[in-house]
Amino acid sequence: MDHAIEAEGLVKIYPGDIRALDGVGFRVEAGTIFGMLGPNGAGKSTTVKILTTLSRPDEGRAIVAGFDVLERPSDVRRAIGVVSQRSGVDREATGRENLRLQGQLFDMGGRALEGRVSELLDRLGLAEAADRIVKTFSGGMQRRLDIALGLVHQPTVLFLDEPTTGLDLEVRADMWDEITRLASEEGLTILLTTHYLEEADRLAKQLVIVDRGRVVAEGTPDELKGVLKGDAITVELEEPDLDGRVERALAPMFDVREIQLDGKTLRARSDDGARAVPAVLQALETGGAPVASVTVSRPSLDDVYLRLTGRSFAEADTEAESGRGDQEGVRR
Amino acid sequence: MSRALRQTWYMTRRHLMGLFRQPVWIAITLVQPIIWILLYGALFKRIVDIPGFGSDNYIDFLTPGIVLMTALFSGGWTGMGLIEDMKAGVTDRFLVTPVSRGALIAGRLLMLGIIAVIQSAILLSIGMLLGASYRENPAGLLLLVVCSVLLGASFGALSTAMAVVVRKEETVIAAVNFIILPLTFLSGVFITLSLAPGWIRTAARFNPVNWAVEAGRGALAPSPDWGVILARLGLLAAFALVCGWLATRAFRAYQRSA
Repeated sequence: MDHAIEAEGLVKIYPGDIRALDGVGFRVEAGTIFGMLGPNGAGKSTTVKILTTLSRPDEGRAIVAGFDVLERPSDVRRAIGVVSQRSGVDREATGRENLRLQGQLFDMGGRALEGRVSELLDRLGLAEAADRIVKTFSGGMQRRLDIALGLVHQPTVLFLDEPTTGLDLEVRADMWDEITRLASEEGLTILLTTHYLEEADRLAKQLVIVDRGRVVAEGTPDELKGVLKGDAITVELEEPDLDGRVERALAPMFDVREIQLDGKTLRARSDDGARAVPAVLQALETGGAPVASVTVSRPSLDDVYLRLTGRSFAEADTEAESGRGDQEGVRR
Repeated sequence: MSRALRQTWYMTRRHLMGLFRQPVWIAITLVQPIIWILLYGALFKRIVDIPGFGSDNYIDFLTPGIVLMTALFSGGWTGMGLIEDMKAGVTDRFLVTPVSRGALIAGRLLMLGIIAVIQSAILLSIGMLLGASYRENPAGLLLLVVCSVLLGASFGALSTAMAVVVRKEETVIAAVNFIILPLTFLSGVFITLSLAPGWIRTAARFNPVNWAVEAGRGALAPSPDWGVILARLGLLAAFALVCGWLATRAFRAYQRSA
């Protein structure tokens, strides 16, 4: 298998003995979207800075697009596109000027550059606004321009550092579609960092969960959720069970476990929820416990995170903001 | 090499475009030095009557000083733009491209140089309108402009280096007020140093601002002392190189510490 990114034992220590990274390593298969999921301050941005040659690790090594980031930074820079968390757009210039300058820095020019710039403006829905000063752009438009900037020179590896942070829900959904489309149309390898569980779940083929500068889990979203063993089945009964008929009805079903009854709500787990539901419904009906509604849900990455780190995701975020966390964004 | 030069020009063009889109900035940078000439010119008009001043028209004397002071302050403020770029993530965006690192600094310095040439031309014209006369030595005007470019670029490089290290606008403002302003007064911008106390004369000998003043104004004299002028110009050029080197070093350190 071809790897577009290989990182091994990355350690980064900031002044004050702050270990932002404590041995991060992973491999990214070429042509796929790879997610790095973690709360604020987990080390995602620091990892991206190292992989994009903006920062040097204190230990470890990394190869991006076939080049060692420490030994051949210029070759790495030619091969990658970076869309960082803090936009990086020149707000005093127009969209087109921004894109043109970006291309020129990669030694593009003439008609090829103008063509590529127009193509990207079209594709990202910025054609009409192209010659307006970026200051007048909406948040979503500016983010799309950020992505266009990362793509001008047709990189093979694209880094998207928290691409949807700060965008409202609707724009975020658009951005997800855009990212999916890019990955397939341009044949890009994308490394995406996010602290939205949903985003990683939805976009990434493969992902790592990072916490406090270390990788705590690695796999496909489904594999990671599989750690929790089974789907949650929630059944709403027509009336509360007073004589234990529900338990009696479900007792013979070996693939349904962890049965909990709370008033009219019945919760259980099953390895394959969708398959178990018809049998569960039938057993309840024949056992004399009519059902009002039923839902099956896959365990979320939130559950996975809680299981792995002992903290909920939101808790880790708050902790990062009040404590050691903000080294990443602010202190550099 | 030609690649680095080309990229320097791309950066310069970006900065110039940014400036030309701010009419308020243009107005202030044009009007302020003109006000200096009018204000100081009126305030110190009679200063030429002091025996030993060595010039009989203060506007004649003052205009080259203001030309240099204007370039000096533009240079001093350069770091502000860089800090803005660093905060907005623009600098990091450039650093992850293969752009020559030197071009990122040189682009700003070249912009300073271009602005210094334009401002010098405007200020000298105003000075002449107000009665200054440099007819004796038009070639000296060119040398004065060279001095203003070198002085502006030197302090522009220093300001850049400082911006990269401290990354705070407040520090740049403080440095302009506590370093550049005193340097102006420890030089012959406003009065001839022969009238200044001994310690100021001593300090001025080590002051790059005064090197520029002595070379630039000296070149406009009816019979220039080329030995002194070239010596000062040499010192100023050496100073500019050291400042440029410092800025490059600071930029490298920035990347290592990121």
